[in-house]
Amino acid sequence: MSTELADSMQQQDFEKLINTIPYAQLIGIACIPIGDHFIFKLPQHEGNIGNPALPAIHGGVIGGFMETAGIIHVMMNGETNTVPKVIDFSIDYLRPGRDCDSFARCELVRQGRKIANVSITCWQTRVEKPIATARAHFLLS
Amino acid sequence: MPHSNTKADEIIQYMLKAVRHCQVLNIQLISTDNGMLTLELPYSNSIVGNPDTGVIHGGALTTLMDTCCGFVMPICQEGSFFGPTLDLRIDYMTAAQPGKSVFSRSEIYRVTDNVIFSKGIAYQDDIAKPIAHCVATFMRMDTDASKSKTKGTPDEH
Repeated sequence: MSTELADSMQQQDFEKLINTIPYAQLIGIACIPIGDHFIFKLPQHEGNIGNPALPAIHGGVIGGFMETAGIIHVMMNGETNTVPKVIDFSIDYLRPGRDCDSFARCELVRQGRKIANVSITCWQTRVEKPIATARAHFLLS
Repeated sequence: MPHSNTKADEIIQYMLKAVRHCQVLNIQLISTDNGMLTLELPYSNSIVGNPDTGVIHGGALTTLMDTCCGFVMPICQEGSFFGPTLDLRIDYMTAAQPGKSVFSRSEIYRVTDNVIFSKGIAYQDDIAKPIAHCVATFMRMDTDASKSKTKGTPDEH
């Protein structure tokens, strides 16, 4: 792992970590600390539009956002010093992702020696009305 | 790869142009043969997920496969369908090799009155060695479906 990546993990510096990931910058992921926890933000961005008629965020972008959130969550909370590899990723789309800011929070459901299971929820206006839920398995070593 | 400019090709080209994020990722049409759709995601530094290795981010692959599984609906052999994604699952077999395009090939394997089932693979050099598998379900929104509910047609939902 590069020094930059390792440093940002050690310092719990989300912004620095996100800045090292070009894809995260492309879709515009940000991290908002709330007390000891943090949530992820995908700001409204014209380049993320999928359905031009609604308009709605591309389902793939919502997936990519939630996947990235899961990876960063494991890097920051899990006992690992590598970039986790995605084994599988499953997303349920519950509501259209409107062309506005989206948020995601993650839960490390289980971390074993090799594999972590993470559940991710994404919402826009109200956390009780998620636009998508996802779960992923990550390989840690 | 040259291919004839069929109606299916025109539909896909139109949709790729209309979907802003597909333009951002520069997703290209490769072919629309026998109701199967093949798309290309060219390698670009902006979609890298691991800066140490140059491997593209899973999110870009998710968008490629979501697009491919969804866009095959209007051109599949059972007819022309359209609808929002209900769910999508991707299994990653191996990391994509940096510096190379990723291709995605998808098909519709079942259409019911209300639901469309789609599956696909992503590959690089060898189609027989996919880097990812994907399944997706879509809610059927086309008017024909809701109007012509035939008795005895299996319907999972």
